[in-house]
Amino acid sequence: MGVLATAMAGQFSRRSFLISAVLAGGSLVVGPRLIQPAGAAENTALNPFIRIPAAGKIQLVIPSAEMGQGVYMGISTLIAEELEVALDQVEAVAAPADPAVYGHPVLRDQITGGSVTIRGFYEPMRRAGATARVMLIAAAAREWGVDPLSCRAEAGQVLHPSSGRRLAYGALAAKAAEGPVPETVELKPASEFRLIGKPHLRIDTPAKVNGTAKFGLDARPEGVKFAAVMLSPSFGGTLKTVDDTEALKISGVRQVVKLSDAVAVVADHTGAARKGLAALHLTWDAGPNGGLDTAELERRIETAMDGEALVALDHGDVAAAEAAGGPGIEVVYRMPILAHSAMEPMNCTVHVRADSCEVWVGTQVVARARQGAAAVTGLPLEKVTVHNQLLGGGFGRRLDYDGVTMAVRVAQQVDGPVQVVWSREEDIRHDSYRYLNLSRLSLRLGPDGMPVSWRHRVVGPAVMARFLPLLFKDGIDLDQTGGAESPYDIPNKRVEFVRHEAPQGMLTGNWRGVGPTRNAPAIEGGIDEAAHLAGRDPVAYRRALLTNNPRLRGVLDLAAERAGWGTPLGPDRGRGIALMPDFGSFSAMVAQVHVGGDGRLTVERIVCAVDCGQVVNPSVLRQQIESGVVYGLSAALYGRLTMENGAIVEGNFDDAPVLRINECPPIEVHIVDSTESPGGVGELGTPGVAPALMNAIFAATGKRLRALPLDTSQLKRT
Amino acid sequence: MSFTLNVNGTTHAVEVDGDTPLLWVLRDVIGLTGTKFGCGIAMCGACTVHLDGMAVRACVTPVETVGTAAVTTIEAIGATDEGARVQKAWLDEEVVQCGYCQSGQIMSAAALLAVNPSPSDADIDAVMAGNICRCGTYPRIPAAIKQAATELASGEGR
Ligand code: FES
Ligand code: FES
Repeated sequence: MGVLATAMAGQFSRRSFLISAVLAGGSLVVGPRLIQPAGAAENTALNPFIRIPAAGKIQLVIPSAEMGQGVYMGISTLIAEELEVALDQVEAVAAPADPAVYGHPVLRDQITGGSVTIRGFYEPMRRAGATARVMLIAAAAREWGVDPLSCRAEAGQVLHPSSGRRLAYGALAAKAAEGPVPETVELKPASEFRLIGKPHLRIDTPAKVNGTAKFGLDARPEGVKFAAVMLSPSFGGTLKTVDDTEALKISGVRQVVKLSDAVAVVADHTGAARKGLAALHLTWDAGPNGGLDTAELERRIETAMDGEALVALDHGDVAAAEAAGGPGIEVVYRMPILAHSAMEPMNCTVHVRADSCEVWVGTQVVARARQGAAAVTGLPLEKVTVHNQLLGGGFGRRLDYDGVTMAVRVAQQVDGPVQVVWSREEDIRHDSYRYLNLSRLSLRLGPDGMPVSWRHRVVGPAVMARFLPLLFKDGIDLDQTGGAESPYDIPNKRVEFVRHEAPQGMLTGNWRGVGPTRNAPAIEGGIDEAAHLAGRDPVAYRRALLTNNPRLRGVLDLAAERAGWGTPLGPDRGRGIALMPDFGSFSAMVAQVHVGGDGRLTVERIVCAVDCGQVVNPSVLRQQIESGVVYGLSAALYGRLTMENGAIVEGNFDDAPVLRINECPPIEVHIVDSTESPGGVGELGTPGVAPALMNAIFAATGKRLRALPLDTSQLKRT
Repeated sequence: MSFTLNVNGTTHAVEVDGDTPLLWVLRDVIGLTGTKFGCGIAMCGACTVHLDGMAVRACVTPVETVGTAAVTTIEAIGATDEGARVQKAWLDEEVVQCGYCQSGQIMSAAALLAVNPSPSDADIDAVMAGNICRCGTYPRIPAAIKQAATELASGEGR
């Protein structure tokens, strides 16, 4: 994640940490294993990731969840490259919950997030493919009584060129599984890649253009009923009274399930369930947060900012540099409460039986979801099965499994399987929010105009304390503070952390771009402010502060050049740049905006330069950068939830708008050729958007916005 | 109440209240899950289907208003010229990410091409602005629609 990359910054070289962890990580079992999933008994598993049927497509078991980021394609590419099969000879299937086998090598859990999938699995998945290939070749050689070295593999077959013999993998798999597992295998050099780095078309998308792809909401176990659910509007509130007389009269409604903090109407179809839910007469006890509103939440975090802080990083002597005086800036960047609003609202289908529990859900944490279901039911883990589905977007929302436990609680009271469907309103009003965040930045410039001190106070929740304690150290959330020191060469730097949590009962979590997204506006806005204070060009200023970071300088120069940095734009237009060195990758983004006299903001163009090391698929890489940019644009322009009476006010795309196609600027993605270790790209496009826009708006208008979403009413000049 | 629906050329008799949105009848009663739920208030386009070739939001279309109109969903749109070309262009241009919004995007695009065989960028924006994509596939959609339009005009691509 930013989680990883930022947290490891300053402690380990990110890459060396990852690689040593991956190599040391014995968690990946690459020996043959008996896997006999229902209905696939004819498959031979050469290792947990590769199942070969006698005929038909080879199944590749993908340890990470597919949520649009192209991981089914990415992992399949890595395995197929070494297995010597074409991409149309394989199909990707979701891994079961089994962290010992499918856990991420560094996170040591089945977590799909933080843009760490390819970084963690790049080598293990190629190794899995190569191991299986060697076993298949050995089986063929035994069969033919020839030297394995005289055989080779190609397109799903083993060939013996000198005799012209060939055998398909399907005919060899069972025998290959009986043979020894090679202890070491040699991996291809990059020069021999036929799949990695090439723009092959995704293998998961044909099913997504004809309605056959199965998302969580498409699970249809035999006899399934449908439940519409409403959770306590105020966080931490409880259900007081339910009058379900009218609801139960509605045709198709079967049952009303009452929980301490929620109510669900179960029906033959979701239409009746939703109608029934609307017909309930409910009263709620608002609970401890009933009096809270946005103004109070903001007052609390502003107060916290002036309180005690922990020191996350202290280089040089910031206090002395500040005492020495000189021009500087002291500014606060403010970030709002954000929802994820994945396109597929939260949902989960559950069948609780006396001695077992079966769950169908699209989740980024399949093993945790299983544990959650086991905890609610009291069943032993092995009695709980989770079938992971395609995710209609994740963005960090599905890193939490509160939707699973809620659905299991409903299902415990229902005879047979039930699909619990959240409305969009429930989805927005009960998210795992990106909570309020503040960044206070103090900078001092030396006589040459370059910064001599950088003090960054980060104020916000410590999500890692509950989500990944590995990244919560001595009271500091390393995801929140990692990278807050900026990538710039500044002799004195200090990062401070004030932990400030949301009210009890309001879940806060990971949001696309995690820590780097919350820090980027202050860092890239702050350095821009310093450049202007020094009277220097923002690109030249940054370049001068990156003497030790050639890859970041490289993308800075590339983005500036492609965006035509420095060429005149005329009145009311401006360009702004923002850098993002994280997730094991490097990117720079130039935004070009027009600001009308009435304050109307038009984002005219976004130019990105990306160096993510070895590219697995350039087409998917471009998709992911575009995706991250659009996600960042939505948040920068519109993202803000408000609270009244302890409840989120906004509920749907009318009052919580997101970017639409007519507002989407052209997005250019320029890729740096590189054979460095692959970096993450799923979140790389998001963090830079807000600061690039803030900086562009300043260039166009001279007005510096430091709060999100961008308040264009402040930009009116007529 | 009972209704007889013509969905993708097949007749279905369903027993639901007349105000039930067509979306849930398709997904939960008939079992065609390709049409998606995103908002329930005609703000996102995920539920777009065709009634006699016209794009409508199934989440706000009461089943009692459908009558004898031919309902076409994503599962059958590939049988039309526009639908098949849009699907192909979507794959060629690598539009799709999570895919959840794409049934609706494709249904909207196919309906657009049926009435406007060579849409301008503004035409595309005007129609496709009703379809939200949280994965941000917007930059690729105009090019894909134009490819489909070109192939339709030349009779290629099927
Ligand atoms: S679900 Fe119908 S428009 Fe959103
Ligand atoms: S492809 Fe995921 S919402 Fe559009």
